[in-house]
Amino acid sequence: MSTSKIAWINDSYGKMTKYNFFSRVNWGRFSVVSVPYLWLAIFFFIPFVVVFKISLSEAAIAVPPYTPILDWNLEEAYVTLKLSLSNYLFLLEDDFYLSAYLSSIKVAAISTFFTLLVAFPIAYLMARSEGSMRALLLALVILPFWTSFLLRVYAWMGLLKKNGLINETLMSMGLIDQPLIMMQTDFAVYIGIVYTYLPFMVLPLYSALEKMDMTLLEAAEDLGARPYQSFFLITLPLAMPGVIAGCLLVFIPAVGEFVIPALLGGSDTLMIGRVLWDEFFLNRDWPMASAVAVVMLIILVLPIMLIRNSQGKEGAV
Amino acid sequence: MTIKKALTLSVCSVLLAGNAVASDKVLNIYNWSDYIEPEAVSRFEKETGIKVNYDVYDSNEVLEAKLMAGGSGYDLVVPTGAFLERQLQAGIYSKIDKSKLTNLANLDAALVEKISKHDEGNLHNVPYAWGTIGLGYNVDAVKARLGDMEFDTLDLIFNPEVTAKLKDCGIGVLDSPAEVMSIAQNYAGVDPNSESKADLKKGAEVLEKVRGDYKYFHSGKYISDLANGDVCVALGYNGDILQAQSRAEEAGQGVNISYAIPKEGTLIWFDLMAIPADAPHPEAAHKFIDYVLKGETAAGISNYVYYAVPNKAAEPLLNEDVISNPGIYPSDAVKAKLFAQKAHTARFDRLLTRTWVNIKTGR
Repeated sequence: MSTSKIAWINDSYGKMTKYNFFSRVNWGRFSVVSVPYLWLAIFFFIPFVVVFKISLSEAAIAVPPYTPILDWNLEEAYVTLKLSLSNYLFLLEDDFYLSAYLSSIKVAAISTFFTLLVAFPIAYLMARSEGSMRALLLALVILPFWTSFLLRVYAWMGLLKKNGLINETLMSMGLIDQPLIMMQTDFAVYIGIVYTYLPFMVLPLYSALEKMDMTLLEAAEDLGARPYQSFFLITLPLAMPGVIAGCLLVFIPAVGEFVIPALLGGSDTLMIGRVLWDEFFLNRDWPMASAVAVVMLIILVLPIMLIRNSQGKEGAV
Repeated sequence: MTIKKALTLSVCSVLLAGNAVASDKVLNIYNWSDYIEPEAVSRFEKETGIKVNYDVYDSNEVLEAKLMAGGSGYDLVVPTGAFLERQLQAGIYSKIDKSKLTNLANLDAALVEKISKHDEGNLHNVPYAWGTIGLGYNVDAVKARLGDMEFDTLDLIFNPEVTAKLKDCGIGVLDSPAEVMSIAQNYAGVDPNSESKADLKKGAEVLEKVRGDYKYFHSGKYISDLANGDVCVALGYNGDILQAQSRAEEAGQGVNISYAIPKEGTLIWFDLMAIPADAPHPEAAHKFIDYVLKGETAAGISNYVYYAVPNKAAEPLLNEDVISNPGIYPSDAVKAKLFAQKAHTARFDRLLTRTWVNIKTGR
């Protein structure tokens, strides 16, 4: 590395000054900050580039099962770069993919809403309880992670099925005559997603609510606000960062969810995870599968960047 | 997912390469789950001194994805006929040196002849086991709804009048487009291996009419569901259904499962041993193939997994309940009606997958 690493950066007064990187950079801080970036580069960026590259090639019966986009021959001295956009065009032409994306987003949105509905009271209770009780509640939220996710989904199958625990109980209590059909329905998928992702919603909500100053509620009460008014005017706005973080943590993985709809959903549950599986394994079309994945990422990343952007502006005001 | 796989693969190949350098006394087998008598592997290790790394998969698609990614490190794999047929086009298998196989003559010549449709001259495969796709049914539940009739007919899953009566007790069908569609095409009276759009449509129409009466399309769930009484009819693999039968017997809940090969004809499949072109230990793989070809080994496998082995020398050594079970070893008259499924072109696969998704989702 050369010693002429000099850059213009803002000093604390916002004035542009000359800095010598070697003398000024705090290496301890740099090494700590670089870890997450390195992590992202290795486990997100590089794989994404690989997937994107495959999406620009064409399927072939070969190892690996797609055509190379870069081809060269040193003897004849040529290099060809062949990028195929046909996969993306096909995605646009065929309304099947659009409806698969839409139905995934619908399932994810509905489940996120219900997760929020269930998680908020839990987080609120946790934030308002004291000492050992709070620690206990926190442990209870995290506890399910100690069991395999797959086992817990299978446990739900045992609860929801035709002669499962719920139906047997309701029948023996005489509340229903016929068993309710719950397995292999969208209802079961929603239950599975809400259940599985609940901790991801509870924890950010809890951390936002915990910081809330409870005297604000007392002040609101003194000034004549009804409980629902102080909830909507004080608690909810203060919890908003937690709500947004929790919703993103649930919504994003739920869109691409494959296991829960495969185990609990019916054959008619159309989700993009399944479409990806079919492209990859049944059509053996890795490039097409990659294109579906890239488009899904774009659909998910754009709204998130917009949200972050608007949050950033709020912070600046 | 991609990275995880890439990492696993690279770690595997590093490990395997290390082993290869150390000695040729290692063999990496990748076979279907629950598809061998457990003692068979340890006996082979004792006889030859070769250490076997035995790994399992549960679908041809998973096997294919690993092989096509390259550098799998496996020495012996067991794809189904139509899959091997297509994979051969990618050149991922090496030829089998038949001179190294002393027990080759034990194979059933008639079945080997059928397999050559997948692999011209059978240069790249030695058959491991074979079976059929047929009907598993809960005898009492079906009788209660349909009365006394012969149940060896695809009407149980393809005739709307019949399926309407069975809907309440549950019908499960394999989630395997190529296999189920060829059976449906055959039921509709067209060539099961036809790739014409019109014939595909005829097969699809059969399924569309009854789709609403199905509980699900799934390739594994029917085993426990048949045994528990959660479904009463399933289109599935014969060995799986016989497994459901024995599970139901063990449970002792009075569930009585039976398997029938439909009289309209159905699919016969062959699982074939093959050696990947980049196998690190092909010598050891040949030894294992020859070991499986022995009558005792093949009989042990068949007695254990309830699938048929194409091995004449095994027949006298089979248990009575296996050799006399028409669901495992059907009569020659029934065998004559079975058809093998050919590999499809990529274009037809895409069309078929779309048709299949539309059928499943009721679009």
